[in-house]
Amino acid sequence: MTIAPDRLSPHQDDFYSALMDAHTGLAEAQSHALNARLVLLMANHIGDLPALQDLLQTARGYDD
Amino acid sequence: MAYDYTPFPYVSAPGLTAPEPRHRVAIVGAGPIGLAMAIDLAQRGVPSVVLDDNNVVSVGSRAICWAKRTLEIFDRLGVGERMLAKGVTWKVGRQFHGANEVYSFDLLPEEGHKYPAFINLQQYYAEEYLVDRARAFPDLIDLRFKNKVTGHEDRGDHVVLTVETPEGEYTLETDYLLACDGAGSATRERMGLDFTGQTFQEQFLIADIEMADSPFPQGTPERWFWFDPPFHDGKSALLHQQPDNIYRIDLQLDVDADGKAEAAPEKVIPRIKAIVGDKPFRLDWVSVYKFRCIKLDRFVHNRVIFVGDSAHVVSPFGARGGNGGIQDVDNLGWKLAAVLAGEAPEALLDSYHDERSHGSAENILNSSRATNFMTPKTPVEALFRAEALRLAHDQPFARRLLNSGRLSVPCSLEGFPLQTPGDLSGRAVLDAPLQGPEGDAWLIEQVQGRFTLVGFGEIDLPEIDGIARIGISQTGKDYPCFSDPTGLALQRYGAGRACLFRPDGHVCASFERPDAASISQARNRALGLAP
Repeated sequence: MTIAPDRLSPHQDDFYSALMDAHTGLAEAQSHALNARLVLLMANHIGDLPALQDLLQTARGYDD
Repeated sequence: MAYDYTPFPYVSAPGLTAPEPRHRVAIVGAGPIGLAMAIDLAQRGVPSVVLDDNNVVSVGSRAICWAKRTLEIFDRLGVGERMLAKGVTWKVGRQFHGANEVYSFDLLPEEGHKYPAFINLQQYYAEEYLVDRARAFPDLIDLRFKNKVTGHEDRGDHVVLTVETPEGEYTLETDYLLACDGAGSATRERMGLDFTGQTFQEQFLIADIEMADSPFPQGTPERWFWFDPPFHDGKSALLHQQPDNIYRIDLQLDVDADGKAEAAPEKVIPRIKAIVGDKPFRLDWVSVYKFRCIKLDRFVHNRVIFVGDSAHVVSPFGARGGNGGIQDVDNLGWKLAAVLAGEAPEALLDSYHDERSHGSAENILNSSRATNFMTPKTPVEALFRAEALRLAHDQPFARRLLNSGRLSVPCSLEGFPLQTPGDLSGRAVLDAPLQGPEGDAWLIEQVQGRFTLVGFGEIDLPEIDGIARIGISQTGKDYPCFSDPTGLALQRYGAGRACLFRPDGHVCASFERPDAASISQARNRALGLAP
């Protein structure tokens, strides 16, 4: 698992609230679709395959 | 021991028998805001009459978290040290998810401040101390309990009030009316002013208990916040400590819970036992409330000015209600005194609206976000919160996403017209320990209450009428000089700089090479005399 340095602070609340706003008014299925698009867009933005593979593993590592 | 609510004496108002001369300032409401307002004005030589429909301090602890900036303002008003001595100082906050601690934070690891980041002190103590302090100005503060304002009329250059007392009604004229009458302000309602905003559906139960055994490790006061606590499934809970072994517990209730039924002891006591276990306790006070995040469009309506909760209401998580109100007082006091003394144009009062409306918008933003985080509205909001909590166990970035209230910090006034643009401009005074002619001192004690020019390091301060001067790390000057024993003052402000502080402790200009003309100009600008 990778412990990432915090790069959102001090704007973490701005981001979180923008993320929630992006979902406002969407049905649950639409929200899942939005999240999927967002992951793909962020992946393209990061554009670094080893980093993305590491993130996928880290996220999966929290599975119950 | 339960607090002793001794009633304040009722005194017959002179207006009951003969018309009173017009007052300079009438303050409606003798809560923390109204009392602080009267003291602030009295310290500037401005007399006021304070009218309150009640005759005891706040029933229930209500506002309990007083932030560092507020304590610094209370220091200037002469009650800060007493509040600090009585209050519970806490620094460590712990966030729990279920039964597990996710992380803890230390609020003020930084040394060199007279006041800590926060103290907890019941509102009734704050009011008691403020009343005691107000009584130190018998010629300037006329405290009238059981004097209920039932009507007011703005006559352009003054306001006429109708006041009801146990002995009958009288009228009173005042140059300015300051509405410090709280969230349910009757003054605001009489004027029919729109007071709408975000109202949250969730209800919270708030309970004070007296308990001899501390729930905290080694008995050191902390703030504990739970998301999804094991004793209160799917909701949130907060526990912290006040003086006299009183503990405050906030519990989120169901949206459709019956508030009145929830406040009944037979419902509350089992909920508390689930948190504190078998430690014996006594129930002291219970209240059920809903959140609102609301402010007035305008705080200043000609001769009627709204201060504190009458102008803006926020949810309590983050401690931005009472603290925001005291910053209102700090901002308005010197401006109103300057206008009444003829030293500033009446338009200066509009800057009170501009600056404090900005401050309260900041409080509302933070408070709404915390409330939204604590009470997810949709499955996707709940999902993001659950995963943020899961990541927070080991990812530092996710810890900072958890929002159980962003605790009140001083508001910056950078970019507002009274400030001359420049480094540090608009920032509230940042304290530092000093050593002066009379021994140990603090920067906050030296710069508040009047325009003060402070020279940090070797820099000459010209003499200007109406501006106090102090030097830090300077010698051989014709004004008071202090040393900087810890080096923190120069570290926090920079060496070779002069800062002009407004009477409320905000920097309104800074200078590398201070000359009399530019300092005067900055002071005049801060008084609204020059652009």
